[in-house]
Amino acid sequence: MKKESSHEPGRKYGMVIDLDKCTGCGSCMVACMAENNVSFKEDESNKLDSITWMRVYRLTNNKPFPETEIRYLPRPCMHCGGKGDLGHSPCVSVCPATATDYDHKTGIVSQIYTRCFGCRYCMAACPYHARYFNWWDPIWPADLKKSLSPNVSPRMRGVVEKCSFCFHRYQLAMERAYNEDRRELEEAEYQTACTQACPAGAIVFGDLNNPDHAVHTLKDHPNAFRLLERLGTNPKVYYISDREWVRRSGDNYLNNEKTNTKPAVQEHHS
Amino acid sequence: MDSAFIPKGVKRCSFGTFSLGMLVLTAIVFWGFYAAILCWLKGLNQTNMNDSYGFALWIWADLAVIAIGGGAFFTGLLRYVIGLDELKNIINFAVIVGFCCYCSAMLILAIDIGQPLRGWFIFWHANVHSMLTEVAFCLSLYLSVLAIEYIPILLENRKIDEVPFFHNLGHTMHGAMAVFAATGAFLSCFHQGSLGGVTGVLFGRPFGYREGIFVWPWTFFLYTWSAAACGPCFTMLTCKITEKISGKKLVKDNVYDLLGKISGWMIGTYMVAKIADTLYWAYVTSPSLGFAVMDYYNAHPLHHGIWILILEIVICGVLPAMILISRKGRANATLFTLATILAVIGVCLNRWVMVMTPMAMPVMTFDSWVSYFPSWQEVATTILPLAGGIMIVSLSFRYLPVFPQEQELNPVD
Amino acid sequence: MFPFIFEWVWDSGHYIFFGAMWYVICILTVGLTYCLVKTVKDTLAGDNDHH
Repeated sequence: MKKESSHEPGRKYGMVIDLDKCTGCGSCMVACMAENNVSFKEDESNKLDSITWMRVYRLTNNKPFPETEIRYLPRPCMHCGGKGDLGHSPCVSVCPATATDYDHKTGIVSQIYTRCFGCRYCMAACPYHARYFNWWDPIWPADLKKSLSPNVSPRMRGVVEKCSFCFHRYQLAMERAYNEDRRELEEAEYQTACTQACPAGAIVFGDLNNPDHAVHTLKDHPNAFRLLERLGTNPKVYYISDREWVRRSGDNYLNNEKTNTKPAVQEHHS
Repeated sequence: MDSAFIPKGVKRCSFGTFSLGMLVLTAIVFWGFYAAILCWLKGLNQTNMNDSYGFALWIWADLAVIAIGGGAFFTGLLRYVIGLDELKNIINFAVIVGFCCYCSAMLILAIDIGQPLRGWFIFWHANVHSMLTEVAFCLSLYLSVLAIEYIPILLENRKIDEVPFFHNLGHTMHGAMAVFAATGAFLSCFHQGSLGGVTGVLFGRPFGYREGIFVWPWTFFLYTWSAAACGPCFTMLTCKITEKISGKKLVKDNVYDLLGKISGWMIGTYMVAKIADTLYWAYVTSPSLGFAVMDYYNAHPLHHGIWILILEIVICGVLPAMILISRKGRANATLFTLATILAVIGVCLNRWVMVMTPMAMPVMTFDSWVSYFPSWQEVATTILPLAGGIMIVSLSFRYLPVFPQEQELNPVD
Repeated sequence: MFPFIFEWVWDSGHYIFFGAMWYVICILTVGLTYCLVKTVKDTLAGDNDHH
């Protein structure tokens, strides 16, 4: 919240997910949990208090057989840029202790676990339910402790956590780049765990501002849309589907309104 | 047994009866603290909150007690700053009730956070753009003001007053009270408002979101206004309950009449603003975000439909305003009490709807409504400050000259 | 809250918010100090008139 974006355009990491390719296998969820040391409960049947940084939702067109259609929608944190892409995401602007921050260099919304005191205001602010509270202490089976990732700090009870676009991978990639005296990253150098795990290649990740990255073109696909566009959250996750009902599921419409197909891209031109 | 501590010229119930009442309240307080300790030691898994209901019973209780505790700042403003002298007969009681309300809010907040030991981060690492930061700062500062306002009342205890230093301190503090009351009113305006801002700024939650001026959504002003309007009703209601329990009149009718009339006009003007806000939200803000207003009410898992809005605005808003504005309404004791009860229910209901519905309703089209029922730990920790508040009020009534008109109204032979 | 905390920035939001906060804290502190000093003076002077 403190420093507004510099005059450099900066990187703006984002995702484009092709829902027509997604099979709903859940590999992205598993990869995310393993990569980010996401804790779990002995009984995971209550989804209202279990942690899934990446969550796959099931969408249906609600039509009877044989016209029934199903799509699966993976939902990471949207890393919202807020109105005007100024970094005033719903959660960042409300956190009272500056425990969640908008990084103008990458467009990534961070969560500082040791700073968060668990007021959950950010969860109330997020319309995507992308934020999760640690209702319990994380308990890892003895053998599993050895396979925890050393690059991601496990979270303690009483704090909020969420998808970081595998920010630790960005840090590692930047370290390597600096060692090689580079300041720019190749597209393949920084990819999220879910992107790499998707067997259907439905998730594409990269810098939305960089014309060399696939997401730069894909986000302008005629069938691209973002979730809850109308709220002005300005998310960095785009979805693609050739089905009108899927695109309509992405936002709320009054009965007489047409589905908006073209995302109203909000850029910040400084 | 404790007659030396009881103010001169007034009659109180026997020490035995009083102790018995205190014993029951102490038991409830212990039960509440046991639940609080469970939450602190084992974490918030002791509650039935979940990732959808991150804000629930506690946040509602916080907002509600602060709204009804608004009687302290508004009566203080009318008495010390605007100079309505008659209100000196109820101001002590308003301060004590307000003090209890704000203590309750602080206690509940201390239990509600996931990492209580990091609670001070809200001050240390303050994000000045967050409404909750404003709430925390104003709340703690205003609690200090209320404590400052309570001290001179405490010092008037018969035994304490015999000590020259305390007697003089009470006297001096009383003289400087206008400064403290004005500061309190300033703080209170902002923190009542910022509590309204808490849901008003959530542009990701169309039910709570409101447009506004600069950084303040309309709810900011509505919350301040409604607290100033309904807070005095709670003060009068608790005062009347105290009269009922003690079996004697404590405040003259002209005081009730004056405060009731002011409250009535405040509720009336608040209702005009609230109805305008509701209409603008229903016909402009909400449809622009893709929501037809009836979607919020018809699909609600509690099946209350639009009736909850009618209850809040018409029955618990317009009706008490009409009663309190009319001279006849105020003159009828039953109607007067009914109006204060309705106003208190109305403001609590408003806070309930504004906290709960944004949490319960799905914003993504493929998400679903979520229900929630509080655990016993949540209920116990919410009742705890209520019992504690009754204890503070009872102790104050017994041992302090809270009501200046009591002796005149109830001469002891 | 304090300028020495690393997130502190000298911007309008901080001026307004913390300005108001420190202003209120100052009023309360000065007010209380005045009451205490006056009380000590009055007590030492033996002024114990009931009001």
